[in-house]
This record gives sequence, structure tokens and C-alpha cells, in this order.
Amino acid sequence: MKSLPLVLQRLMLAASMLLLLTLSAAAQAPTPADASAPIASKLDSGDTAWMLTSMALVLMMTIPGLALFYGGMVRKMNVLATVMQSFAVTCLVTVLWVVIGYSFAFTPGSAFLGGTSRFLLYGMTLDSVNDLAKTIPESVYMCFQMTFAIITPALICGAFADRMKFSALLWFIGLWSVCVYSPIAHFVWGPDGFLANAGVLDFAGGTVVHINSGFAGLMAALVMGRRRGYASEPMPPHNLVLSVLGASLLWVGWFGFNAGSATAANGNAGMAMAVTQIATATAALAWMFAEWVMKGKPSVLGIISGAVAGLVAITPASGFVDPRGALIIGVAAGVLCYWATTSLKHALRYDDSLDAFGVHGIGGMVGAILTGVLAVAWVGGEGKSGLIDGNPHQVLVQLYGVAVTIVYDVIVSVILLKLVDWTIGLRVDAEVEREGLDLALHGEAVQ
Amino acid sequence: MKKIEAIIKPFKLDEVKNALHEVGITGMTVSEVKGFGRQKGHTEVYRGAEYVIDFLPKIKIEVVVDDAIVERAVQAIQDSARTDKIGDGKIFVLPVEQAVRIRTGEQGPDAV
Repeated sequence: MKSLPLVLQRLMLAASMLLLLTLSAAAQAPTPADASAPIASKLDSGDTAWMLTSMALVLMMTIPGLALFYGGMVRKMNVLATVMQSFAVTCLVTVLWVVIGYSFAFTPGSAFLGGTSRFLLYGMTLDSVNDLAKTIPESVYMCFQMTFAIITPALICGAFADRMKFSALLWFIGLWSVCVYSPIAHFVWGPDGFLANAGVLDFAGGTVVHINSGFAGLMAALVMGRRRGYASEPMPPHNLVLSVLGASLLWVGWFGFNAGSATAANGNAGMAMAVTQIATATAALAWMFAEWVMKGKPSVLGIISGAVAGLVAITPASGFVDPRGALIIGVAAGVLCYWATTSLKHALRYDDSLDAFGVHGIGGMVGAILTGVLAVAWVGGEGKSGLIDGNPHQVLVQLYGVAVTIVYDVIVSVILLKLVDWTIGLRVDAEVEREGLDLALHGEAVQ
Repeated sequence: MKKIEAIIKPFKLDEVKNALHEVGITGMTVSEVKGFGRQKGHTEVYRGAEYVIDFLPKIKIEVVVDDAIVERAVQAIQDSARTDKIGDGKIFVLPVEQAVRIRTGEQGPDAV
């Protein structure tokens, strides 16, 4: 009887391989010549060099940045399982992005989903470009966007740390990447996405990356329930030095994320870099002082959490606000995310283990909405104005973008979570959870 | 022979070691341990979650000595480990039946 689940697991693995092969066969049907993008005429070597660099910087945010940030915050018995999540998501999403994800997100299709013309990257050549970034090779744009597709689901893992089965994680993240990430990326950034057409401003992923991962994380935490012993047993971070290293790598990598989202090496990228640095430092201080006042001590976990909250909140705004706006976003992100992780979470008693929702969900909303308030046309360009620049309507547009993202994300995430729960189960056994995931799931341990 | 087990504050280890040297004790075993007595633990706060950490890091020193110097050894530990603040630790004295030096096979007080 004990071998039955193993047989089932193997069958499912075989089925997924078969699916991949079928997809690859299906994608061979259209000829490579039907490439939707025109042949590049003016590739810019400066832009290309910066975007090659940005791709590597954003990849570094997930591995090792996020892996260390999260790894340091869990208990020692779960540290390997936690870093494994970031690493495995990186690998899994890379393959899915190549097979399906990129085409669904960033090729013309409908208002809701891209087309199938780039399945398996057929049609991507040495000199093809994506219309969304005309001065760099499509391969570079595809890889740059791939790193966003990687970090978004990796962020979700913070919400269900310490209790999810690894097999369930692969199924959930794989399905989520295709069914939630790609569509929302298309809504907001796609060439014909309906939120893009509605004028929603999201420079580097406040909705697509942070609200998206934050709310998916909250749903995962709610569907799976609290950790055993939550609020009755101590669950302190086992090594905050790892988390400091991780947060620092996230901060540095974020210049690829935000300044890279200009998809060019120009003044917009420079201003995005400046406001990113300003908002991050401000939010770190804001969180630190808030905690100092409320709890009596400025903690290390506090200042690094504040920095990440600032990075999150400036993300959607980074191409649209000036340095004064960045200061305001930093203060708001630091204080509100501090409130969400320390008061809101404990008041509502959900167990968002590493605060994926408290930092990314809340910080993403703060940034997306404040973008509508603080955007100025001299930074973002004609028509990219917010409330302070004489366009109060932009706040409503931003709220619309936030609401659509949340509604779609919540509904589909819950469906996918329930689907995986009913088939293979989301949670590890009680004994595994008590004794640690490292040994039980991966057969390894940190001594 | 008696065995002296002393639980002390970690930063007092060097002073205690030197004090024991002065009464003629040249060997000892030291371990990092955790525990609490009247001092109880402390509170750590992570993102608003407060954890009471009961077990504090301490050092346990074990020495086996001849009956003749037990009293002086205990006094030396007490004098050197004391800070007059709560959490200074405890000293236990236990009888020892036998001791053997593995290299030479010497037994009893000669072995320690």
C-alpha cells in the first residue's frame, strides 16, 4: 500500500513529460517564418548591454537573493527546503516560459492573453525584436522578462514556508505561472492588454509582480492553514545574517528590475535607479523608526524588511515619479508594511509565514496607488501624470488596475490551490512538519 | 575524589579557568549548554511576533579533583564567576567512584 502514492507520483511525472512533448510537437506546426515582430533595423548596443546586465541582476534577486532572505528567516530544520523552493522555481519557470509563458504574455493576441506565435520560442531569431523593446534583441527581452516570471512565484513561497509538499509546490507554481502570471503580465504590459490600454501605470511590476504574488501568497496561507504550533511555539528566524545577505542582494538586483524596466540605457533608467535607491533607504528607516517607537528596539529584521517594502512600493512608480515622490512612497511603504506584518497579520490570525502578503501585497498596493498620486509628466512623459500633476483621474485608473489584478489573481489562485489539494494534497504530514522538511522531503540537513 | 560541575555565564569562563589554575587544577572539560533558573529567559521580537526564549546560553565546567582541594576549588569558582546579578549560575559537587588515565592506566587521584 505504501508504494501506491509513489506509483501515482511517477505516473503524474510521466504525464507531465508527455504533455511537454505534445506541446513541443504542436508548436512545430507554425513555420518559424510567421514571426510577428519585424526584423530589427536599429539594435542599440548600449541598450543591449544594459539589458543583458539587467537580466543577470534580476536573476540574482531570486538566486541567491530571495533564497537567502527567506532561508535565514525559517527555522534551521527547514532552511534547505526553503532555498530549494527558490532554486527549483527558477528552473521550472524558465522551462515553462520558453514553452508557453513568454508567448502568452508578450506577443499580440487578445486583450486578455497573448498569442501562440512564440511557443517554444519559434520565430525568435538573432535579429528579431519584440515591439515592446525595439532596440534590443528579442532574446534579451525574453530572458529579461523571464527573470520577472521567475521571481514572482518564488515570492509566493514565503507565505506557505515550513509546510508545503515539494511536489505540490511544483504543480501549483507551474500552473500558476501559466494561468496567472502570463495573463496578468499581458493585461498590464502586453501589446494589446486591456489594463495597458486603460492607462494603468505599472513601470516594473507593482501589480504584475507584487500584488500578484502577495495575494496569491495570502490565498495559499489561507487555503493551507496555519503552521502547527503557530502562535504557541517560538518560530524565530534561525540565521538573520543570511537574511541580511539576501535582502542586500535583492536591493542591488532591484536596479536591474526597475532601471532595467526602461528597456534602454537612458535618462529614464537613470531616474528609475535614483528613485529606487531613495525610496528603499527611506522605507528602511521608516520601518526601523516605527518599530523602535512601538516595540522599543530597532531590529535587524525590521530594517531589512523595510528596505524590501520600499523596493516593492517604488517598483510600479519607478518610471513615473521624481525623487520627492520617492521619499513619500518610502515613508508610506515602511510604515504601512510594518503595520501589516505586525498588527494586521496578528489581528486576523492568518499565518503568512515570511510575510509575502504583508510586504509584497501591501507594498505593491501602496506603490500602485501612490503612482496615480505622485506621477509627474516630466519623468514619465506626456500623459503620464498623477494627482499632483493635475490628473486626479489617474488614481481611479490605478485602483482599477489593482482591483482587476486582485480579483483575477485571487480567483484563479484559489482554484489552482484547491485543485492541487484535492489531487495530491498541499500540505506535508504533521510528523514531517514537526521534524522539519529538509530531512523528510530532501533527505538532507544543515548541522 | 569529587566532581565539580559549575554552570556559569559564558563571558566568565576565562576568569574561572584562571582561578582554578591558581588552586592547582590543570585540566577541565567545558561545554556550551542552555538552561534557566531564577533568571528565566528573555523576549525576542520578530516582525511583531514575541517569543519568550526560556533557555539562555551558559557554560558548563566539569572538573574532577581530590577531596582535599574541593572546598578551595568551589570557592575559587564562586569568587571568579560572581557578578552579583541574577543568572550567575550554580555549582554542584558529586562523588566520583573511579578515574582512569587512558594512556597509562593510572587509577584514582593519580589519574586526574
